[in-house]
Amino acid sequence: MGVGDPYGMHAAHAIVSGMGGIRTAGDLVARLQLNRAMRIDEAKKYVADKLGTSVADIADEVKMREVREDMDLGTLNECPGVAKGIDAKFRIAKLMDLKINCVELFKQRVSFDF
Amino acid sequence: MGKIQTRIGSGIRIEMTEAEVQRDLEAGTEEAADRAKISPLTKDELHYLMDLHKCPDRVVGVERGKEVCLTYDSCTTKIKRAHVSISKIQSLQIFERALGADTLELAHIDYSYKPVKPIVVFEKPIMEQALLMTIPPLFYGAMPNLGLYSQPDGPCPNPMDLLPRGKIAEGRASFEEAIAYAVKDMVYVGSEMYETGADGINFDTTGAAGDAEFLAALKAVEILRKKYPEMGIEMGMASEFILGLHGELEYDGVRLAGLFPHDQVRMAQKAGATIFGPAINIVTNKSLPFNLARSLTYTKACSEASEIPIHANLGMGVGGVPIVISPPVDALTRASKAHVEICKLDGL
Repeated sequence: MGVGDPYGMHAAHAIVSGMGGIRTAGDLVARLQLNRAMRIDEAKKYVADKLGTSVADIADEVKMREVREDMDLGTLNECPGVAKGIDAKFRIAKLMDLKINCVELFKQRVSFDF
Repeated sequence: MGKIQTRIGSGIRIEMTEAEVQRDLEAGTEEAADRAKISPLTKDELHYLMDLHKCPDRVVGVERGKEVCLTYDSCTTKIKRAHVSISKIQSLQIFERALGADTLELAHIDYSYKPVKPIVVFEKPIMEQALLMTIPPLFYGAMPNLGLYSQPDGPCPNPMDLLPRGKIAEGRASFEEAIAYAVKDMVYVGSEMYETGADGINFDTTGAAGDAEFLAALKAVEILRKKYPEMGIEMGMASEFILGLHGELEYDGVRLAGLFPHDQVRMAQKAGATIFGPAINIVTNKSLPFNLARSLTYTKACSEASEIPIHANLGMGVGGVPIVISPPVDALTRASKAHVEICKLDGL
């Protein structure tokens, strides 16, 4: 989406049409689109299968909060000790069977081989 | 029968009768279908659009289960333009945590690849830190903006000076010289940001300077795809029609001048883009029913022709959204819902 003020453009589109980002599984579906060029239905099914939920669940805020907490994939209101930022992306890469560029570079920087 | 409240492309509110709305919906889809040689919207789709305009609610939304992913042209710039005094990383966190963003995009306020080149060393640490702190996929984005390579802003003779004087060969040569410079800058910045950890690169407003700019972006995408097979690459367009300012440029044996979105996406796909964004410009003196039907016709054909995800551009002045900096939510939400549902989009 493009130019416009954050209320009238970005907040409005997010409420009308958006998956919700890390409130749900929007970030996970977006990764499949971006890195594997999967179209929306295929990407949603891939994510739902990996999370062990239904396709309807992955855009549901309540269900996905439980799933993200249980799987430690990063949540909106973070508690102490849970995965945040890059920690969450390590876990997402493993669960989604995806290579995440910054995760791979992080491993190289700390000389980890896993 | 009461009047229907709507707007014209400039954003000004108007009232129309049901018959006038129906007439403009039909005229909008027929104009796009005729120009691009594609199918017009079906009767059911026009009926859906009539219901959407008759609905008195201020805000509408997609049906449950039809939600799509959002990508942005420059998250950080939007907060800066609103004069909120925060850093770029804080801007990204606002999008991630307050605005429900499915993806994020770091960008320079001078949103073109050429001005990013000399400051990329300052952008890279911000990208590195942002990647440590945020969860959604993070793009780096800018515009190809071929105009910056012409004099007085750049090194090449200005084709817009040469062409009106009949110096066609010199103008074309200048475009070709500019393409080489632009490709080099886009590949340089794209490589630097990907090697810093970015999940993807966004080429925004592609084709604003016509067929030469579209070719430059396609070449840059092709090089980056070969260099980084797993890189995410989004290409968003500037217009529904590629202007033939050069006129003879081809990619993969296809003349670029005059391509509409359903053919533009085939070029982007061939070059190696993973997400494509068609952009349909608003006609400011026509009604939103006309503009929405027109945009949906082009965008639906593009979505049907594509094998890669389609994130239609629905910003200010494109995709049936009025060209005002504070988009009215009645108009924006109707454009958002209709594009997602009729065009079966993957994102916006």
